[in-house]
Amino acid sequence: MSQAFDITKLTDHLFRHEAGKMVAVLTKIFGTENLQLSEDTVQDTFITAIRVWSLKGIPDNPSAWLFRAAKNKAIDVLRKNKFSQLIDFSDPERTLLQSEYTLTAAIEKLWQEEEIQDDVLRMMYACCHPELSEERQVTLMLKTLCGFSTSEIARAFVTSEDTVSKRLYRTREFFRTRKIKPAFPQAAQLEAGTDAVLKTIYLLFNEGYNSTHAEKLIRKDLIAQAMYLCGLLCDSPRTQLPAVFAAMALMCFHAARINSRIDINGDIVLLSHQDRSKWDTALINTGNDYMNKAAFGNDISSYHIEAAIACEHCIAPSFEQTNWQHILAYYDMLVAISPSPVLLLNRLTVIFKVYGSEKTLLEIQASPFKKEWEKNYLYHSLMGDIYAGNNAMWARTAYETAAGLTKSEAEKKLLLKKTTGL
Amino acid sequence: MADYLFLFRGGNVAEVRQSPEKWQAQMEKWMQWMGALTEQGKFGGAQPLKPEGKTIKGTAKTVTDGPFMEDKEMVGGYLICKGVNYEEAVEISKGCPILAYDNGIVEIREIEEIQ
Repeated sequence: MSQAFDITKLTDHLFRHEAGKMVAVLTKIFGTENLQLSEDTVQDTFITAIRVWSLKGIPDNPSAWLFRAAKNKAIDVLRKNKFSQLIDFSDPERTLLQSEYTLTAAIEKLWQEEEIQDDVLRMMYACCHPELSEERQVTLMLKTLCGFSTSEIARAFVTSEDTVSKRLYRTREFFRTRKIKPAFPQAAQLEAGTDAVLKTIYLLFNEGYNSTHAEKLIRKDLIAQAMYLCGLLCDSPRTQLPAVFAAMALMCFHAARINSRIDINGDIVLLSHQDRSKWDTALINTGNDYMNKAAFGNDISSYHIEAAIACEHCIAPSFEQTNWQHILAYYDMLVAISPSPVLLLNRLTVIFKVYGSEKTLLEIQASPFKKEWEKNYLYHSLMGDIYAGNNAMWARTAYETAAGLTKSEAEKKLLLKKTTGL
Repeated sequence: MADYLFLFRGGNVAEVRQSPEKWQAQMEKWMQWMGALTEQGKFGGAQPLKPEGKTIKGTAKTVTDGPFMEDKEMVGGYLICKGVNYEEAVEISKGCPILAYDNGIVEIREIEEIQ
């Protein structure tokens, strides 16, 4: 009984991390057009592992065991399809997999331990192909590189398994018909390609960090996976760009505060009310290290600035002692990069902190985005905060409008709680 | 450009089959040779054959066992490669690991395209 328990506990964790590596290598062997075959082979390996391990115990080196088993399964698949059209042996990289003279040696050549990290990264770039929509990119990354099951992805995005399956099917078809080969972008496109990858990783992170709908476990998993994938980019000399380190720093600073952000009832705790002793100082320090590594080159990415903002929050001893002036300066830098209405709205909340309600209302009057903002619950929530001190009725209306606009139950609860305090 | 069939005979098959280490080392040599051919785009496929077989003969379709491994000229495997002419095919064949043995034989036959 306890043996079985140990196995599931170990395998959950181990499988997540090893699945992506194995799919990446198998894709090199079978081709991107056979992504499903790679995933099935990995799944098959896990099933064998659970069966064998529960009888014989967990091997000394479970990863090595899994890799060996997957390699053998790959050989079986290749043998079975030697003369079929399934696998494209005309690709010079795969030609030698067709001959028994060279099959095992060719597999060994493709399956090199020190190459696996790069294989995963190449796969990451393939998942973030510019012609795939963001939701398809995220879905594929979770499925192929993070070992998420279809039902886990469905739970993470509050959608049906059927939708996720269809999404994956279409993405695989895209890979198959277009014969997309996982590869590092050319030097000239490395930055743009990496930007796309970071965007998807950060989206994944935010899905875990901001979404209040998904289950707690899934949320933590998403955060961990996003940081794992970004960590791979940080570790490889080929992809160590300033923005990569900055994005990692940003995620560390955010993740460090995750435990104080939601209370035991699943309700959001405002930054001003968060128990700062619950913040993970080790993770904040890690974030600082990444921040230092990000400080090279000429480009300041939005991740740099967002990380700087998050860092200000992390180092403030209390909400009252937060350096809002610094934060406002960072917001001004962000606005200079991309003046989006949402960003300007967030900047307004900082202006409110620094200069108070009068100046904020003046800024709102002068802004061309007022109409745009009125569709966003954050705007009404801010209006509520602005009026809370002097006009309880206006504040109440604003909070209630905000509550009506947000889809998040936790946000709604928080806003309604604010009205009772008026 | 034509396709050439290489038939491998003799060599050290019997000896190599005795030990996995020797087999591995031998396969490494085949891998190098075929790998180079692949890089040149001349490799068309290859398979080793098991050292036992059946022979069916004539109108009576008489079935006999064999050839056997003891048979010095038993075909041990084949390879198909691309070459401009016999001269090139012969050059290619000279890299075959089976020719590291005095009794190793590569027989080359151009595959005919029947019009």
